[in-house]
Amino acid sequence: MVLKIFFPQCCNTADSGLLVGRWIPGQNSAVVLAVVHYPFIPGQVKKYLIEIQSQTQVDLTVLGSWSMPKEGQEEMDSFLKDLSTIFPQRCWLQLSREIGKRGFACKVVQNKEKPLRCTEQKNGIDSSDEDKIVLVHYDQRKVMLSQLHPVQEVNQAEPEPSELRLVFQTVAQTQPLFFLDKYDDGPLKLTHWQSEGREGSIIAELLKQASGPVCTVLMWFLSLWLWFCSFRIFHVRPVVFISRKLSTCVQSGYRADHFKIVFSSKKAAIHMDFMRKANILVSFLVDIGLGLLLISWLYRENRISKLAETLVPVADELLEWLMGAPAGLKMNKALDQVLGRFFLYHIHLWISYIHLMSPFIERILWYVGLSASLGLTFALSVLSDIVALLTFHIYCFYVYGARLYCMKIYGLSSLWRLFRGKKWNVLRQRLFIGTLLFTILLFLLPTTALYYLVFTLLRLVVVLFQGVIHLSVDLINSFPLFAMGLRICRPYRLAGTALHLMMEINPLKCSSVLACYRTPTFSCYPKDSWVALCKKLFVGELIYPWKQKTAKTD
Amino acid sequence: MAEEEFTDINGNSISLECHTHSSFCKEFTVTSPKLSLRRVMVITCCVWLFAYAVFFFTANTAVLSSAIILTLVGMMVHIHFVKVDHETLLVIGSLGVQLSSSYASGRESTTFIEMSKLKDIVINEAIYMQSIIYYLCILIKDPVDSEKVSSVVPLFQSSKPRLNCLVEVYRSCQEILTESR
Repeated sequence: MVLKIFFPQCCNTADSGLLVGRWIPGQNSAVVLAVVHYPFIPGQVKKYLIEIQSQTQVDLTVLGSWSMPKEGQEEMDSFLKDLSTIFPQRCWLQLSREIGKRGFACKVVQNKEKPLRCTEQKNGIDSSDEDKIVLVHYDQRKVMLSQLHPVQEVNQAEPEPSELRLVFQTVAQTQPLFFLDKYDDGPLKLTHWQSEGREGSIIAELLKQASGPVCTVLMWFLSLWLWFCSFRIFHVRPVVFISRKLSTCVQSGYRADHFKIVFSSKKAAIHMDFMRKANILVSFLVDIGLGLLLISWLYRENRISKLAETLVPVADELLEWLMGAPAGLKMNKALDQVLGRFFLYHIHLWISYIHLMSPFIERILWYVGLSASLGLTFALSVLSDIVALLTFHIYCFYVYGARLYCMKIYGLSSLWRLFRGKKWNVLRQRLFIGTLLFTILLFLLPTTALYYLVFTLLRLVVVLFQGVIHLSVDLINSFPLFAMGLRICRPYRLAGTALHLMMEINPLKCSSVLACYRTPTFSCYPKDSWVALCKKLFVGELIYPWKQKTAKTD
Repeated sequence: MAEEEFTDINGNSISLECHTHSSFCKEFTVTSPKLSLRRVMVITCCVWLFAYAVFFFTANTAVLSSAIILTLVGMMVHIHFVKVDHETLLVIGSLGVQLSSSYASGRESTTFIEMSKLKDIVINEAIYMQSIIYYLCILIKDPVDSEKVSSVVPLFQSSKPRLNCLVEVYRSCQEILTESR
């Protein structure tokens, strides 16, 4: 069987001493975590190990001895051999290295006093044919900070946890061991990745201390807002219906949910929770930044008034064009006149409404634009709502045209069946009238079909535009910026599968980062497939392609 | 350190190098033929002649500059993402298997598969376009049921060596795998 020893790179040049670490249960391998230097008292070493064990729940033991003798320390070798009696183990490792040479020498002494010698080259592979030893060098700081994917939590036990996962978990869990550095006055001197001095930054510490009270204050504001929203008046049916349709209210609902997650005072216990919180916070900050940028651009050169001035004439022109368009092809004059008058009346209503509003539009736009300070997603939702309100007449026309067309098609299909003799004649033997009706409906079909086509196309344009806005809002809401940033700046923190024999950490692919860390949203993706959509369009059923799903989807 | 010449499924010559680090650690490197200069020149000339012809008719210099930029970008994308220089398989008994592809621009992409996840290394047949080819692949155990195979990782996908080369690699791998079980 091959014995695997994971050795930290920082201990390659450490002075002689004892190896402290853990035997991985179930596998024939060991992780070395630190080297305890001379002089030490064995009793104190044991006491320290028991203390760390109680703090971290990791069973640490003395694995063996490490000797890198300087001049005048050759008698260390014999001292080291006697140590195995003080710390009785099943298996005692003796790693040694000489200054100037690159290889390690490694001996394993079993309890039955049968030494198995081996020597190996730089990358730690044995060439003898007795028990073989593989030495894997790892970067302790990176392994401690990184998270192996696919993510599995500590208490979620796999039936046979893989060796690498146990190594990563061991190093991550024994953080208290790395708090003792060389400036401490304790009885023990250790070498590990932090023994040159613990790293810390004042700003990080201050932020950590300040985050507690800040979170409580923000939670209090949030609970105030939620109490306000729970008033009875907001739960009346019409208000609920409108608020579900307006994307601004929907977006503010999501944000309230997100804040509940981020500002809760419970510390994130598991990795996924921590990443979710971090992602939401970072997306929110970026969102606000983009919104402020938008404001600074929009309010600069009096753009608001320009926007307001172009809006009213555009509405007029659109409506006039609508009237002219359906008159292109050869159509039935009478029906054309009727439908035309009907729609014209609506258009006149709409024009008068717009003209009524026009002195106020600039003011309204100015205040609405300020809402972009709550975030770019808010501004986009408000834009989508404004578009929906301004094109409400298009929606009405589409509904009228679609209903008319739908009735016509149904009538035609049932009369067609009658025509071919397949259906019981509902007009009771008045075959002549049935045929007449069928012919009339058939020849009126092009007119209604044309109106339906035009209004449907217009409605589709509006729907597409709204869809694009919703998708981009969705993207900003759900994109895991923090995880992506981690992947780009500190790739070792999100580890795929690791290993070179000099263990380098392989960062996770960007697509896996996205798939793993997306914030779940109520996505409004198209409900029907393309085929179903076309079928509905042809028959004349009303389409609502961007239906909001009621259950959360990832 | 043995190096032998073989051919791949299209008839181009490739070379296999076996490096034995120790009795339970072996490394196999399959090197593909390098980028052919003649092919690069032919493609570049065709693209530029075509662009010049279009320029002749439209008299728009943007066509020429866009052709140049397109050729450059296409070349860079090809050597960085598409053209594989050599592929390596490193088998370490009772630790795992490492696959690495090194591209013509020097970029290396590695994957490591632990021994506990690996069921076996086998030679499999597949239908590729109009022919049936052999390829070496790693069978990955299902995490829930260790008798089932949950996925298959094919090896040496860019170089596609023929059966005689695969058999050699297969034999050496099996020696190591049987020992480590």
